[in-house]
Formats: sequence, structure tokens, C-alpha cells
Amino acid sequence: MAGEEPAAARYADGSVGYPAHPIGPDGVAATGEVSLAEAVGTVETWTRSTAPPPGVRAPNLLAIVSFDVTGGPVRMIGQVDAEAIAIGDRVRLGPPTELRDPAAALRPATVQSYTGHRFVPVED
Amino acid sequence: MLLRMDRVAIIGAAMTRFGDRSAWVAELLTEAAEATIADAGIDRRRIDHVYVANMASGEFEGHAGVANRLVHDCQLIDAYCARIDQTSASGGAGVYAGWQAVASGAAECALVVGAEKMTHRTTAEATDVIASLTHPVEYQHGVTLPSFAGLTARAYLHRYDAPRESLAHVAVKNHRNGVENPHAHFQKAVDLQTVMDSPVIADPLRLYDFCPISDGSAGLLLVPESVAREVSDRYVVITGIGGGTDTHVVHERPDPTRMGAVAAAGERAYAMADREPAEVDFAELHDMFTILEFLQSEDLGFFEKGAGWRAAMDGETALSGALPINPSGGLKSKGHPLGASGVAQVVELVAQLRGEAGARQVEGAVGLACNVGGFGNCVTTTIVEAV
Repeated sequence: MAGEEPAAARYADGSVGYPAHPIGPDGVAATGEVSLAEAVGTVETWTRSTAPPPGVRAPNLLAIVSFDVTGGPVRMIGQVDAEAIAIGDRVRLGPPTELRDPAAALRPATVQSYTGHRFVPVED
Repeated sequence: MLLRMDRVAIIGAAMTRFGDRSAWVAELLTEAAEATIADAGIDRRRIDHVYVANMASGEFEGHAGVANRLVHDCQLIDAYCARIDQTSASGGAGVYAGWQAVASGAAECALVVGAEKMTHRTTAEATDVIASLTHPVEYQHGVTLPSFAGLTARAYLHRYDAPRESLAHVAVKNHRNGVENPHAHFQKAVDLQTVMDSPVIADPLRLYDFCPISDGSAGLLLVPESVAREVSDRYVVITGIGGGTDTHVVHERPDPTRMGAVAAAGERAYAMADREPAEVDFAELHDMFTILEFLQSEDLGFFEKGAGWRAAMDGETALSGALPINPSGGLKSKGHPLGASGVAQVVELVAQLRGEAGARQVEGAVGLACNVGGFGNCVTTTIVEAV
């Protein structure tokens, strides 16, 4: 999910997961994707980190979110674009944004993307 | 499973003082190695395998090849050597490598030394070096090991209706134990209110829920029991050892409050030792964060799932309790020089089993150490028993 449309991997046995792995739970490569662009998920847990690593916003509100999709659930971890969040809140994925300053991170930008999607609260 | 008929014995155990040390990693390694060889009282020329447990000497101080450096600095040439990296569980993995070498017959005398030098880096830098073990989808969001702990602690407290104070009890207990450990980074007791009032680091966890960033080193000398009988009158035996691995991506685990690799490593160690959890007399658990002590105490079978917090609050895991956990002070008080910690846990088991633990001495003949890498990503569990 390097800035493009957010998606989970779907494997031949029907299971889904995020991120995609070279080999899925069924022992073979993913056969397709499940778009999460319009999906609404539920916050399973959250934390507010006040001691983030270099190049990361402070405080850094993070959550693990569960998306209920066929073959799922699909869980994701990520930053939350809000002042506060609670277990059970409903969220979706926001537009692509730079999540941390690549120049300040230990892992070089040539190795991985620093653009991704924050969770955005939604009203039921 | 054993090619050799002998069990694997520990004849030497020692550690440096943990804390803010001026020594670099090679010097720390040498200090612990020399103390371990002296403790064993064995001719260094008998050492034929050397395992150096270290996570990140290259990242922390630009020094690779530290195993080779130790062999030369301690004049152990031409022993076989290797550096063992399994992140925070490097120490346990080093013990496992040493055990495998002796158990298989490949080695007659294996020196295992773990070390890390961290305090010369800022907290943010050190946190990022450790966070570099995370998957790219975690790292890009600035997810750190402390934030995993905050996420997990919230899920645990919510699911099991545990009070926030229960976590503080772990910090208070382990700091109290550390007062009696001359090698500990902190030899200072803290009270419940101090823990509860300390700054928030990863909500709901506060400063005193986290281990410090420390420098230090620890060592063990392993030989077949037949050799131990000849050269030592105070050796102990590794009766069980096992490892396990969980998902690299932490959020992919179906239950955030269960540490699958801890359960797997524990089951394997129990099976080898032919022991049940109830037969363990005391344990050194990987309390890098207070929440981890609850999770390990449950997934190792000491307490029912969701009951670890109550045991801590009721004093069952205190030095005078039915199952003392972290009599050394744990990582929380003793410090956590990454590669050294798993080795130091076993050093504490040896000290306790020999009856050399001083004011923190506990009763018992069966000790267990659980060393956790990442956030439960890779685990080694070791059971050590008196003879």
C-alpha cells in the first residue's frame, strides 16, 4: 500500500490478509486483491505514542482496525487522523499522505515507502 | 533427540553491571566472557565454540564482526565462532545455539556471551534501531515496540476488565527485586503512585511500564554433564529448551493478547524437560514492558488466560509468593541490553539454583527463562535445574 488504492491480498483458499505476503496461508501466492478504499472498519485497540522515532509526528495516535470482508476479517495498523479514538469506533482509510519524514528514518526511502493511508473516523 | 547421551550443563555464569556504561560492545563482551571463564574455573583452551548474541552492533556503533573480535581479544583462537541475532531474543537464541552445539556433540565447551551497547544513542535513535525489526507497513506509520505494548495493554485491560494499577504492580515488584541485584541498572524501589503518575509514553502505558535503554553483557559456559562432573562441584543442567516464531506482522495475529510463540517455545521446553508449568519454582520473564509479564505468565501456563494480572496484584509473583517472577528485577529494573538480556536471564537462574542470589534468593530447583524478540515475534524458553 505505497500510496495507491488500499487493498488486502486474497488467496486461492479464500482467505484474505494485509499486507500481502509472497506465500499465503494456503502455501501459494496471492491470487487477487480486495479493495479497502470504501471499507469501514472497527477499532480493536489504540494507543497514543508520545515518544515516536525520528521523523514521526508527536503524539502519534495509532490503531489496529478490523475490516469485515469476505474471507476475513482483515486487520490493519496505522496512524489515526483524529484527536482521539475509542475501541469500537468506526473508521475508513483516508487519502494517501506522507506518514513520516523519510530523511529522518533509519530505513532509507529506497527500501520502503513512507506514503500511506491514515484511519479517518466515520459517523454511523 | 540428543546425539550425545549427556545432558548439557552450565559450569560458568557471569554478567557485567547493566546500565549506562562507557565501555563499547567489544569491551563489554570481553568483560563478561572473562568473568564467565573465571567463574567456571576452566582452561580457556578447552573452549571450542563461541556464540555472541547481539542484535545491532553495526547499527548502534558501526562494529560488525564482534564474535571474531571477542575470540581474538580473549585469546580463544581457533575456536569456531558465530554472531547470533534474533533481535531482543538474541540472548536466548545464543543459549540455544550453545546448547545445540554441546548436545549434538559438535562442541565440548561452548562459550555464550550476549551484549549490547545502546546508551550513546538518543532514546529516539535507539527506539528507531529497535523498530527497524518491524514490517514496512508498520515502520512507515512510526510504529515502535512501545506502541505495540500500548496497543496490547489496552486490548488486555479492556477484554479482561483488569485495572490499570495491575500493570503498575509489576513495575513496583520488579523494581523492589532489583534493589537486591548489584548488577541491575536501577537499584531503586518505586511506589505505586510514582508509577501511576509517571508520564504517558504509549497510552495506557507510562514511563515506569518500560524497561530502560541499557548497556551490558552476560555469559555462560556450557559443557556435557560428564565434563561438568569432572571440573565443577556447582554446575546446573539445561533440562529443556525450545523456540518458536509468530507472525512478523503483529496485527495479523487473531488474538492480540495471546503470544503464540511464547506458548510454542514453552510447550517444547516443557516436553524436553518432562515438566509441567506447575513444577516451575521461579521464572525470569521478558518484561520489556509490564504487560508482557502478564501475557507470558499466562501463555507459559502459570495462570489461566486473563488471570495473570490478578496473580500480580495478589502477590503470587512476588519474591515471597508461590511463583516468584523476575527475582533479578527483570528487564524492567535490571535493564535490557538487547543481546545480553536472554543470557542474563539464565545467569539469574544459575545464581538462584546455586543459592548465590543473596537477599533476592528464592526457594526451588526448577527455573524457567523466557526471552522474547520483537513483540513476541520469536521466542526462546529455557528450563534449568539443580542437580
